Amino acid sequence: MLDQHRDYVLRTVEERGVRLVRLWFTDVLGTLKSFAISPAELENALNDGMSFDGSSIDGYSRTEESDVLAIPDPNTFEVLPWVDNKSAEARVFCDIHNLDGSIFGGDPRQILRRTLDAARAQGYEFLIAPDMEYFYFETPKRGELPVPLDEGGFFDLTTTDVASSLRKETIRTLEVMGIPVEYSFHEDAPSQQEIDLRHTDALSMADSVMTFRMIVKEIAAMHNVHATFMPKPLEGVQGSGMHLHLSLFKGDENAFYSADDANNLSADAKAFMAGLLRHAAEITAITNQTVNSYKRLVPGFEAPVHISWARNNRSGLIRVPIPKRGNPSATRIEYRSPDPACNPYLAFSVILAAGMKGIREGYELPAEAGANLFQMDDADLAKMGIHQLPQSLNDALKVMEQSELVRETLGEHMFDWFLRNKRREWMEYKTQVTPFELNRYLKSL
Amino acid sequence: MASSDLIVVFPGTPSPDLARTLDMGGYRWKAVSGADEAIKTEPKNGWMGAIIACDEESEAAWAFARALRKRDNPVNSVLLLVSGAQLSDLELRDDLFDDFCLTPFHPRELEARLRHLFSGNSEGAAARPELVEHSGLVLNLETYQASFNGASLDLTFMEYELLKFLAQNPGKVFTREMLLSRVWGYEYYGGARTVDVHVRRLRAKLGEEHANLIQTVRSVGYRFGQGRWGN
Repeated sequence: MLDQHRDYVLRTVEERGVRLVRLWFTDVLGTLKSFAISPAELENALNDGMSFDGSSIDGYSRTEESDVLAIPDPNTFEVLPWVDNKSAEARVFCDIHNLDGSIFGGDPRQILRRTLDAARAQGYEFLIAPDMEYFYFETPKRGELPVPLDEGGFFDLTTTDVASSLRKETIRTLEVMGIPVEYSFHEDAPSQQEIDLRHTDALSMADSVMTFRMIVKEIAAMHNVHATFMPKPLEGVQGSGMHLHLSLFKGDENAFYSADDANNLSADAKAFMAGLLRHAAEITAITNQTVNSYKRLVPGFEAPVHISWARNNRSGLIRVPIPKRGNPSATRIEYRSPDPACNPYLAFSVILAAGMKGIREGYELPAEAGANLFQMDDADLAKMGIHQLPQSLNDALKVMEQSELVRETLGEHMFDWFLRNKRREWMEYKTQVTPFELNRYLKSL
Repeated sequence: MASSDLIVVFPGTPSPDLARTLDMGGYRWKAVSGADEAIKTEPKNGWMGAIIACDEESEAAWAFARALRKRDNPVNSVLLLVSGAQLSDLELRDDLFDDFCLTPFHPRELEARLRHLFSGNSEGAAARPELVEHSGLVLNLETYQASFNGASLDLTFMEYELLKFLAQNPGKVFTREMLLSRVWGYEYYGGARTVDVHVRRLRAKLGEEHANLIQTVRSVGYRFGQGRWGN
C-alpha cells in the first residue's frame, strides 16, 4: 500500500506541476514548522526521509545529537489551494525520526501515534470532532488593545460583514483541503467565530487542526486581518475554546453507546469519563498551555471551572450531548476545557490516555452535577466531591509534574522539555507588573 | 517495450500441479511469497505475467494482486486460480485480473488459458480504458489525475481510489463493507467508519453543489451518480 501511495504522490507532483513540496511537522508547543524541498528531492524524501538540524526547533534539541530525519506521510499529501496554479505547492506531514531510524522523542505526532496504537491494541479507535473558536482583529499594533472587526452577536448575519465573508472563504478552503465542516457561526463575542469540524480519527484530526489554524490565519492575512487563537484576547467577553467531541469505536460499533442505560452511555463511556475526570487536573497544562489560557477558565463565560460532568449543563467539564434522533453512532462526550492554542497532538494523547486508564482500571463515574456549579460556593462543591481545575499555569504544572500518566504518555524527553519551557514562561509572567496592579495600588498604597 | 518472459507465481510454494503445468508448457516462472519479493526480484523489463493462487491464503493473494496492479507499471497479464466458493470474491475486482481458472484445474484448460493470455501480451494494457467520465467528473487512470467540470480536483490516494471505484460503477449501491474490501483491501483496520470519513472528504472537495454526486443510501451505503429513477 505504501508503494502505491508513493507512486501516486510522485505522479501527482509531476502532473500538477508542483514546484515546491512543503514538509510540515510540529514542535513541542504545537507551532507548525515547515521546510520546502524541490520535486526532484521528493522521491528520496519519501523513501529515506530528509535530515535537518533539529536544534533550531523548540523541544527538538538534544545535547548529543541534533540532526533528525523528517519522513513524509504520503497519506497527508495535499496540493495547497491558496497558491497560484502556475506555481503549485503541496504539503505533506512528516514523522520525525532519529538518524538511526528510531522514533524521535520530541515529535508530538509520533506521541499521538503511539497513544493511538496502544488503544488500538485493546480494540479501540479514537474519533474526535473539535469546535474551533477564534477571533478576527484589525492588524494589531504593539502595546495597543485588539480591535474587533465588528460588534456582532451570536448568529448575526449581515451581507456586508467582512468577518463572515472571511469565514466563508476559509470554509471553502478547508473543504478543498479535505477538512469537512459541520457548522459555522458568529460567536457571542465581537468578531469571534466558531467553525465545527466533522469527526474523524484522532491523528487525521490533529493534522487537520494544524492545517485549520494555518488556513484561518493565512486567509485573514490575505485580507489584512489578524486571526488569533489566543484563548482570552478580550477582557469581559468569552474566550476561545476548543471543545472536543470524543467517541471510541470498537470495529463498527460505538463503544460509548448502550441501549440498556438510561442515558445510553455504555460502561466504557462511563469509565472513560471517570478517567478523564480523575486525571483532568494532571492534563490541564497540556490542554491549556499558556498563561492566558487560565483567564478563560473563569466563571461566567461558558468555560468550565470545575471538574464535573453533566448531560446538558454547560458549566461542567464534560458534557454529554443528547444525540439527534437517538443515533447510536453519534453518542459522544464533549470535553470542554481545551483551548485552540494547545498542541493538538499532545492534547489528544493525554485525553485518550486518561480515558483509557479509566477503562483499563474500571474507574467509577461520580454522580452527575445537575445544578449550575457557578452559583455554588467552594465549600458546597467540596461536599459534593467537586474540585476546581488548576487556576493558573503554575498550578497546572505542579499537578502535571507529579503525574505518572502524563510522564508515561509524553515520554521523558517531551515531559521534561515541556515542564522546563513552561516554567520559564511562568517565571517571565510572574515578574510582570500589570495594569491591574498599577490601577489598583499605585494611588491607594 | 516487450516484457521479459518470466512469470511471477504466488504463493511462494505453488502446488505441484501448477508447477508441473507451467514447466510442461515451457514457461519460465518464479514463485514469490509476497509483493515485496515480487518487486525486488522483478526482471528489468517487468514480469510477463502473474499467476496468483487465491484458494489458500485468499487475503494475502488479493493484497498481492492489488500490489501488482496498482502501481505505475502494472503487471498486464494476471490469471487467478480460485475455488468455486470464491467466485463471488471476483465481483468488482475486474481491474485486478485478466482471466481466472477454477481449482482444481484441468492442466489442459490452464494451459489453454495461459496461451490465450500471453498471445497478445502487448495489447493488455492498451485495451483497458484510461479515462473514467461521469457527470463532469474525469479520472485519468494513467496519470491519476482527477478533474471536475474542467478544474483539477486534488485528492489523496485513498480518496482517488474510492472515487474511481464509485465512478466506474455508477448507479450501483455499495455497502460500506463492500467498499472497504474492494477499495482499501483487507489490510486496513479503521473499519467501515473509514468509508464514511472518506466520502465526507470527497463531498467537501466536490463542493456543496455537487456533494450529492455521492449519495447516501440510508442504512445501506453509498451510490455514485444519479439513481436509476433520477432521484
